[in-house]
Amino acid sequence: MTPYSAELDVRITDSCLRDGSHAKRHRFSVEDVTAIVSALDRAGVPVIEVSHGDGLGGSSFNYGFSTVDERVLIAAAVAAADRAKIACLMLPGVGVKDDIRAAHDLGASVIRIATHCTEADISIQHFHLAREMGFETVGFLMMAHSVTPYELARQARVMAEAGCQCVYVVDSAGALVLDEVTERVAALVEELGSDTEVGFHGHQNLSLGVANTVLAIRAGARQVDGSTRAFGAGSGNPPTEALVAVCERTGIRTGIDVFAVIDAAEEVVRPRMDEECVLDRLSLIMGFAGVYSSFLKHAYRLQEQYGVPGAEILVVAGERKLVGGQEDQLIDVAIELAARGE
Amino acid sequence: MAKSSAAIVGTGNIGTDLLYKLLRSAVLEPRWMIGIDPASDGLRLAGDLGMITSPEGVPWLLRQSELPDVVFEATSASVHRTNAPLYEEAGIPVVDLTPAAIGPYVVPPVNLNAHRDARNVNLITCGGQATIPIVHAVARVVDVDYAEIVSTVASVSAGPGTRANIDEFTRTTARGLEELGGARTGKAIMVLNPADPPIIMRNTVFCALPAEVDQDAIVHSISDMVADVQTYVPGYRLRAEPQFDEPETGRRRVSVFLEVEGAGDYLREYAGNLDIMTAAATRVGELLARPAVEVVA
Repeated sequence: MTPYSAELDVRITDSCLRDGSHAKRHRFSVEDVTAIVSALDRAGVPVIEVSHGDGLGGSSFNYGFSTVDERVLIAAAVAAADRAKIACLMLPGVGVKDDIRAAHDLGASVIRIATHCTEADISIQHFHLAREMGFETVGFLMMAHSVTPYELARQARVMAEAGCQCVYVVDSAGALVLDEVTERVAALVEELGSDTEVGFHGHQNLSLGVANTVLAIRAGARQVDGSTRAFGAGSGNPPTEALVAVCERTGIRTGIDVFAVIDAAEEVVRPRMDEECVLDRLSLIMGFAGVYSSFLKHAYRLQEQYGVPGAEILVVAGERKLVGGQEDQLIDVAIELAARGE
Repeated sequence: MAKSSAAIVGTGNIGTDLLYKLLRSAVLEPRWMIGIDPASDGLRLAGDLGMITSPEGVPWLLRQSELPDVVFEATSASVHRTNAPLYEEAGIPVVDLTPAAIGPYVVPPVNLNAHRDARNVNLITCGGQATIPIVHAVARVVDVDYAEIVSTVASVSAGPGTRANIDEFTRTTARGLEELGGARTGKAIMVLNPADPPIIMRNTVFCALPAEVDQDAIVHSISDMVADVQTYVPGYRLRAEPQFDEPETGRRRVSVFLEVEGAGDYLREYAGNLDIMTAAATRVGELLARPAVEVVA
């Protein structure tokens, strides 16, 4: 008996234990994961994502080392979940196929494979493997604001043909504004037809996360992401509890108990955050300039280390059109800005 | 002395750029260009230059009455795994530019002369060719417990073979950081960036360091190594001085930022990822075709 069926209008995946890894600087403990997964599972959240913020294998100098091996965290999540499926994120070029195999062995049942929105074809070999292994597959087209709806739909087709069962429009920079979400989701729905679902993953950098997500659902998205208490990169993701409340008010069935997820946000997730994810100067600049949300903490660290304004680092990152994964180039930018200031 | 004959198998970005490099070789003469797509740009170019071309793959090449002294394979890892036994049977040495990694790894400034008698040598990956010299330069001064590289190339410079092989790319590069770089553990990250105009290939090398190190010795070793690579890839350079810091408690590191500008042979100058492979391949191929000749790294 599963509460998640065709009777639901949309399936919500909570990403606070993956996207929130950025905000937490990859320092989740087994206790954090166990408590959060238990609470969200009880509230009826159907899918919970657990991985290093940059996906499986992301623990590194470039993105930050995990204090607890993500495989230990995934195992803890699987053990803590009675009903929820555990999902893992994987970026080809960062993680490898063995990471997908390991996640499967640990009991994860959904794999989300992410590429920059113009590079879908680097994920083909990973979708093939994931489907062979019996994973439910999701594809992430990141930085979706940077291409037209038409181009995005063509890339979605590449993932669908490789075996992806749901392609997400991923607003990694939190840069999409309302209609821009509708247009992209609609373009994917039209391209993919009934064979492959469409999803949406938002960020709060322009304070539009929940509104954008509702528009995505209206445009035909069948899966969307939230992060409880907005716990995610940049100014965070649409708060799952707010999204669930809005869906309830507007007659969109999510299968999640509003009060239980509100309690989980307040009593379980918030105490485990270093600070609230807020819309401050740097995260707003990220949304405005179209910069990858997980650059935020790196910009703060480099601001301190090199004595250059984090805002300038992010603006140059936008000008250089850096994509997700190029955290190393933020150091290069900081060195250059520091040299210019001398 | 007459030049030795060479065949290029694979007519994509790397194979075609290699053609330009071989045309300048004093030792090798590129005579065959072999592909599988009759409409490929590389085959057309080679045909215009008077080379023998065929879209019928390696079986066609090996049926010819005259065989090459050396083969360069620039297809994909899985295609090379199929072709490698065919070359071996025909007794032709092969320089493998795919991440198949059947034969021993070679990075010219690290071990050019080590495998001169091998019948199949592997060039790891473009990211490996760009970063392993730096890891080696650090590891010859201090113990390197962990080395990590981030290699970013312009999307347009990554052809279908590279795209289908990104997993092999990261694993083969990581192994190269260990086996030739000298790091106890290696990790490689590859990123494609679609910016237009295309970005110049960028590589970042992070090496974990022990608590007490002679920073000047490391800096000098890196700068010597950069000069060595520049002898065959002039556009290989440091973006900034090596940075020494400790971003997390107990994780001291040196970070090295590199840019690789290409010669602009097949693709424009941004595609240094092609040059660093094809220039290295040319050096290695010259040696395999003429094992008796000493080549200075």
